[in-house]
Amino acid sequence: MPVIILFAPLVGALVAGFGWRLIGEQNAKFFSTGMLFLAAFLSWIVFFRQYDVAETITIMRWLESGSLSVDWAIRMDRLTQIMLVVVTTVSALVHLYSIGYMKDDPQWRTGESYEPRFFAYLSFFTFSMLMLVTSDNLLQMFFGWEGVGVASYLLIGFYYRKPSANAAAMKAFIVNRVGDFGFALGIFGLFLMTDSINFDDVFAAGPELAQAKMEFLGMTMNAAGILTLLLFIGAMGKSAQLFLHTWLPDAMEGPTPVSALIHAATMVTAGVFLVARMSPIFEFAPGTLAFVTYVGASTAFVAATIALVQNDIKRVIAYSTMSQLGYMFAAAGVGAYQVAIFHLFTHAFFKAMLFLGAGSVITAMHHEQDMRNYGGLRHKIPKTFWAMMIGTLAITGVGIPLTTIGFAGFLSKDAIIETTFAAGTAAGSYAFFMLVISAAMTSFYSWRLMFMTFYGAPKGDKHTHEHAHESPLVMLIPLLVLAVGATFAGMLWYPGFFGDDVETWFAEAVFVNPETNTVIYDAHYVANWVKVSPFVAMLGGLLAAYYCYIRNPNAPKALAKRNPGLYQFLLNKWYFDELYDLIFVNPAKRFGTFLWKKVDGVVIDGALNGLAMGIIPWLTRLANRWQSGYVFTYAFAMIIGVGAILTWFVFTRGAQ
Amino acid sequence: MDNLLSLVTFLPMIGAAVLLVFLRGNDAVAVLNAKRVALAVTVVTFLASLTILFQFDPENTDFQMVEEANWIGGLTYKMGVDGISILFVMLTTLLMPIVIGASWKVEHRVKEYMIAFLVLETLMIGVFVSLDLFLFYVFFEAGLIPMFLIIGIWGGKERVYASFKFFLYTLFGSVLMLVAMIAMWLEAGTTDIPTLLTHQFNSGTISVLGWQIVGGAQTLMWLAFFASFAVKMPMWPVHTWLPDAHVQAPTAGSMVLAAILLKMGGYGFLRFSLPMFPVASFIMQDFVFFLSVAAIILTSLMALMQTDMKKLIAYSSVAHMGFVTMGIFTFNKQGLDGSIFQMISHGFISGALFLAVGTIYERMHTREIDAYGGLVVRMPVYAMVFMLFTMGNVGLPGTSGFIGEFLTIAGAFQANTWVAAGATFGVILSAGYALWLYRRVVFGDMIKGSLKAIKDLDPREKWLFTPLVVATILLGVAPGLVLDIIGPSVDVLVENFNMATAHLMDAASVATGH
Repeated sequence: MPVIILFAPLVGALVAGFGWRLIGEQNAKFFSTGMLFLAAFLSWIVFFRQYDVAETITIMRWLESGSLSVDWAIRMDRLTQIMLVVVTTVSALVHLYSIGYMKDDPQWRTGESYEPRFFAYLSFFTFSMLMLVTSDNLLQMFFGWEGVGVASYLLIGFYYRKPSANAAAMKAFIVNRVGDFGFALGIFGLFLMTDSINFDDVFAAGPELAQAKMEFLGMTMNAAGILTLLLFIGAMGKSAQLFLHTWLPDAMEGPTPVSALIHAATMVTAGVFLVARMSPIFEFAPGTLAFVTYVGASTAFVAATIALVQNDIKRVIAYSTMSQLGYMFAAAGVGAYQVAIFHLFTHAFFKAMLFLGAGSVITAMHHEQDMRNYGGLRHKIPKTFWAMMIGTLAITGVGIPLTTIGFAGFLSKDAIIETTFAAGTAAGSYAFFMLVISAAMTSFYSWRLMFMTFYGAPKGDKHTHEHAHESPLVMLIPLLVLAVGATFAGMLWYPGFFGDDVETWFAEAVFVNPETNTVIYDAHYVANWVKVSPFVAMLGGLLAAYYCYIRNPNAPKALAKRNPGLYQFLLNKWYFDELYDLIFVNPAKRFGTFLWKKVDGVVIDGALNGLAMGIIPWLTRLANRWQSGYVFTYAFAMIIGVGAILTWFVFTRGAQ
Repeated sequence: MDNLLSLVTFLPMIGAAVLLVFLRGNDAVAVLNAKRVALAVTVVTFLASLTILFQFDPENTDFQMVEEANWIGGLTYKMGVDGISILFVMLTTLLMPIVIGASWKVEHRVKEYMIAFLVLETLMIGVFVSLDLFLFYVFFEAGLIPMFLIIGIWGGKERVYASFKFFLYTLFGSVLMLVAMIAMWLEAGTTDIPTLLTHQFNSGTISVLGWQIVGGAQTLMWLAFFASFAVKMPMWPVHTWLPDAHVQAPTAGSMVLAAILLKMGGYGFLRFSLPMFPVASFIMQDFVFFLSVAAIILTSLMALMQTDMKKLIAYSSVAHMGFVTMGIFTFNKQGLDGSIFQMISHGFISGALFLAVGTIYERMHTREIDAYGGLVVRMPVYAMVFMLFTMGNVGLPGTSGFIGEFLTIAGAFQANTWVAAGATFGVILSAGYALWLYRRVVFGDMIKGSLKAIKDLDPREKWLFTPLVVATILLGVAPGLVLDIIGPSVDVLVENFNMATAHLMDAASVATGH
């Protein structure tokens, strides 16, 4: 059954991508959507199974070179089961939604068949993501990891006529590659240290790695520490954590269903999944774990500050996603992997819903994305409004304090905040502090979005507002399903993720070192003020937003005017892009030109021309004297340089 | 069949002779016949080479299908294949029909053109199957001539400059190699490659003009061979002939150059440098690592800034060959497996990329990146094919490009983490230049009036790309198809190398205190 789940989306992608001319555009769309619903249905059946030990299904041999031996294989355990459900469910709903959303897209000219391509990419993405989460070794995971990167690249750049979309697509791929730099080196390092990259072998080596030293770039370090750090750099890229996050907001250039599926619910959570999956190694690397928490908490904070002032509806949600991913890492970093996955699980529902809801608003408003031109829409598109409302209640964490009754985000986010406090470490305390503040900001920007969009007087183009219309049923049904998830997913699965059943439910899927890590247990016994603090923060954010956008709509402008520096700083996203252009992109281009024009053109070719024009006539005619000139100076510098390096190696190596 | 290898090697040459003698006239019929004969000959050669593959036993690590005969002047004619060479033969025979197919629109001196390519095929196969030092040398050097002519006669505007640059560069290396070969013959008393592989060349420190040379005669011979192979690869900084040669060569010439001729350097390292001069190779490891990583990073940066598509791909080839030399000089299983795999894979991918550039060059007669944009609007099939090979070039898992890069870096990580980190950094850059190229050529809106009538791939072009697409994906998903064939021979190579350098490794580990 897992094999069918894995390959159904691939079949869908191939049929939609190559077979649509034979079966027609409509059928191609329905077929790929159907395959996804099949996969989702089967995933839920598999979800209710229990694997006490991970089960491996081998599909075929992949790569074998000496002791490096890797299969295409599926590893079934709780972690895989959860991810299967998340990925296939959201993907199936997004497929369905796209049937409505992508129809008659004004970006395309009449007669252009863009829809089959879109569905093929979506299905291909899903296949890659499933490869990632079902893998039983690091190489297949890397396959999926890069595969989702390509799908993301293709989908961000889906509107290929738009230069901004193409730029965003490239940026996403390349920034992710920077992260992959770490991931790949981590894989090579694990292979060096454990002689295998299959999970079973690598996991078994965890305690050994904790003791072992390894040499990396001239430094001798603790093996578990450096390897996990490298892997985490990969996770930072994929999950848009601080310093490698700049691609995510730009990725909103893609069609909105893509944002919901890839850049909210699934792909960007792959980094969190990676940390949880590799928990048998991370548990032995306390330094890296602390780093994970610091990065996660800081990301949650920074992203939330930026989200406060953005005006593009999708960008607000994008920064919100980045911030929520920070929460997940903060939890993983204190050793509460299950809690991180809990938030991943609930977040998938309410964030996908917020994005799809935003998509519904955007279609209603004729592709206007600036919230300053919205207002009063709750009467025009009531169903979308209620869906967004549920999403907002879920993300801000509305529930009854000190109970386990509440929207999905209430249970998972509060669990994160409690575990960070319970960790009792410096990193944990930092995270607790940052996350509570971020919770207030989350509430503020989420309600700000709601108020600006659905309340107050209509602003902007009058004509657009008059023609605002509710979305068709194919778009509303996915919203309804996700609304159910956003409401109940937290309460239903609380016991398994964070409650009493956590050990039996997860079985061996994540490793928690019983000697050093009791954080999930301790989290239930933190003081009540800790448990109530996120709720209070949420209320604070709500009230502030209510004041700023309902009671006194001039307040935000006045605030921005009084703090122009801070406002610009946040509006420009802390100037990360500008900084990176300044220190990485432009120097690389200048250096490339220098190498090409000067080194290749003048030095090396100069040397060659010197040879051709100087030495060869000299050899043939013998009479000619050595011509002197600047090219020869370069030529000599080059030859002497290479000669010197060569001589040095000859005389130093093996000289003993 | 006893002389299967000779048959496969010389079939194209026979085809060339047939064209030379029997094809008369310059009318359309004659031109078409020349193309048809060339295509038929290359296809038959490929089919014949399949029998080599079927007869080949990967578990047997000796040379197989060996032929031996006396040759002129007391020299020996000897051929055979092992796990290291056989796939290069297959790569050559498989690509040549595609190369001929890619030349279908050539109009200028077609008969001579086809003859040049057929002769070139014989010479290339000969390089990979020769088991005698001088026979190898003859093939290795003679290959220069048809390539020189192809660039010089059917090339672009500055073909004369490019062809002379190409010729002089490679000749320079070759002369040194010849000197070393003579020295080898004098020391070992034979030119038989299998015998030379078991011969232990003197590696005691010697003194030349007061200079102490560690590794002795081995180091000197290694350097001489290195000069030749490094130019062929080409390695940084002796790569500058390649971009010019590619830019000026006709599409088919670029394909052969990138896909096959560049592999002769790598093959040379595997056949001569490593097994025959292990001590010198060991001594030179860091030197080669340095040049390899320099190639990977520096040429990738240069590729980033190119405005000519062919030049960009040429620079990217240099970077990819950097992975090969790096992999070879890790001296371990993964590195060597990876370097051979990378060469085979690069044969398909770079061949396809040059074909892709040629396809639009044929339509627009320009290679300037700025002259294009928005091709996807009118050429969706082309866009898809080009995307696949761009991703292969970037080393996306699932394509053959990934396996080669992954294995070579995995090997390098065991030898030196700096080298592995440098190479991995290069992988980021490759994404940069490849995707930027794709974006500028294929994506965007089609606003240039000159492109409005451009046509998508025609059936001939689709057929040319098909085998390359299949190979790129198939080898990415099931790399065992290659690794199982080369594996046992590589094992032996590693084993012998470790035996020959065991004393040095001990010394090195004592010195560093491990």
